[in-house]
Amino acid sequence: MYNASNLRKGLKILIDKEPYVVVDFQFTKPGKGQALYRCKLRNMINGIMLDRTYRSVDSFESANLEQRKMQYLYSQEGHFHFMDLQTYDQSALSAEQVGDAKNYLIDNLEVDVLLFDGRPIGLTLPNFVDLLVTRADPWAKGDSVAGDSKPVTLETGYTLRVPPFIDEGIKITVDTRTGEYVTRVK
Amino acid sequence: MSPGSNDPSSLLERETLAAKKPNLRLRAGLVQAVRHFFTQRNYLEVETPYFIPAPAAELHIDAIRAGEGFLHTSPELCMKRLLAAGYPKIFQVCKCFRQGERGSRHLPEFTLLEWYRAETDYLGLMEECEEMVVFVLEELGLPPRLEFQGRTLDLQRPWHRLTVQEAFERYASTSLERAMESGRFDEILAFEIEPSIGFPKPLFLYHYPSALAALARLSKDTTGYAERFELYVAGVELANAFSELTDPVEQRARFEKELAKRKEQGKTVYPMPEKFLRTLPFMPESAGIAFGVDRLVMLLSNQKEIDSVVSFTPEEL
Repeated sequence: MYNASNLRKGLKILIDKEPYVVVDFQFTKPGKGQALYRCKLRNMINGIMLDRTYRSVDSFESANLEQRKMQYLYSQEGHFHFMDLQTYDQSALSAEQVGDAKNYLIDNLEVDVLLFDGRPIGLTLPNFVDLLVTRADPWAKGDSVAGDSKPVTLETGYTLRVPPFIDEGIKITVDTRTGEYVTRVK
Repeated sequence: MSPGSNDPSSLLERETLAAKKPNLRLRAGLVQAVRHFFTQRNYLEVETPYFIPAPAAELHIDAIRAGEGFLHTSPELCMKRLLAAGYPKIFQVCKCFRQGERGSRHLPEFTLLEWYRAETDYLGLMEECEEMVVFVLEELGLPPRLEFQGRTLDLQRPWHRLTVQEAFERYASTSLERAMESGRFDEILAFEIEPSIGFPKPLFLYHYPSALAALARLSKDTTGYAERFELYVAGVELANAFSELTDPVEQRARFEKELAKRKEQGKTVYPMPEKFLRTLPFMPESAGIAFGVDRLVMLLSNQKEIDSVVSFTPEEL
C-alpha cells in the first residue's frame, strides 16, 4: 500500500488491476493548502498514458512486480530474448516493450527484466553502458555548424554525437538515461 | 573503480554542482541584501530553535519528528513569543522542515525569511514586501524588469492586488463558495488561478476564507474573511502573511479544530503549544510574513527548478 506522499517519478502502482509507472510528477501545495500530486502515468503493459491528480488522503495498491537479473541473448522476429541469471529460464520482450533500450543491447549485457504477476513486461538498463564505435567519419575541422562534436554509429546501430577524437574501434561510455556520450573507455 | 577516478556518476555530480555556481553566488548576495534591508530599518535579527516540542497545529503542514520533539516548520510561534515580550521589529532567515514536500518548487528543507512588526497589519506588510524586493534588486544590481521562463517580470512598485473572491470570478471555472463547499479550493487555486497571476507585475492575493487561516485575524469590516495575503510572482507563490490573531481563546479553539482534523486523517497530533498560547494576550497588534528565499532566488536567476538554487537537494546527498 502506498499513499500519495510516496508518489515519485518511477513509482509503480496498480490502477484498475494494471501496473502503471509515474512518468511525470508535479507536487504542488498552494499556500497553506493540501498537497496535490499531478501525475502522468504510463500503463506498463500497453504504454497508454493517463493524467491523474491525487490528494494527500489518496492511497494506492502496489503492483506485484519483480525484477530479475537477466542477460541479453539475441533478437529474432521483433522479439528480444533474455536469460534469467539464477534460474536460466528464458524470457522474451517485444520491440515496443524494449523501446529505445535496443540502442544499448549488446550480447551478454546484464539488465533488470521486470515481471508483472510473473509475465515479462519491460526492462531497466544499467545507467552506463560501454559500446564500440563501428563507424566514424573523420572530423572536418572548421565545420562550425557541427561545433566541437561529430556523429558516430555504435555497434547497436545507435548514432550519437561525440568529441572529434573518437574514432572507429574505440569504446565509449554512454549514459542510457540521456543517450549521451560520457567518456572514452580507457 | 578506485575513489576519485573517472567514475561517470561522480563526474556528473561534480558538473551539476559546478553549474549551480552563478545561482549560489546570487543567493549569497540576496541573503546579505535582505539582512541589510532589515537592519537599516532597525529590525533585530533573531535566531530561534529549530528543534521544538510543539509545532503550530495546521492540518496540511507536517512536521518532521526528531527524537522527543520536532523540527520546526516555521519559526512563527517562537518569534511571536519574542514579539509579546517587547521585541517590536524582528526578522529571521532560517531553515524550515516540512515532511513530504518535494516538487519543482518545494524542498522538505528550505529557507524562510520571516519577519514580524508591531503596530501594523497585513496591508502594511504588503508595502514593506514591495520595498524589500525592490531594495534587494538594487543591491544586487539587477534591473526591475527581468525575464523569467519566457515571461517578462516588472517588479517596479506599486504591485497588483486581487481578492481571492475576485480571482475566482476572473480565472476559475467555479465560484469561491462552491469551491469551498466541494473541498476543491486548493485544486482550483493551484491549477486554474496560480498559473494566471503575478505577471508582468507581482500580485498580492488577499482576503482568504476564514477556514483557511489558522493563525490570522479575521477582518473587522468584511464578514468571514481572514486578513491574510499571499504574494505571487509569475505564478510562483513567494510569501504568506497575515494580521496576527491575538485572542488566546480563539487561537486555542482553532488549534483544537486543526488537531482534531489531523487526528481524523491519521496524521501526527502535536502537543498544544501552551507557552505560546499563554503569551498571546501580551502580543501587540502586529503582522507577520513568511517569505520563501529559495523561490526568490529562482525568480531572480530565471531558474525553473528549486533544485538549481540550493547546493544539495535531498536526492543529491
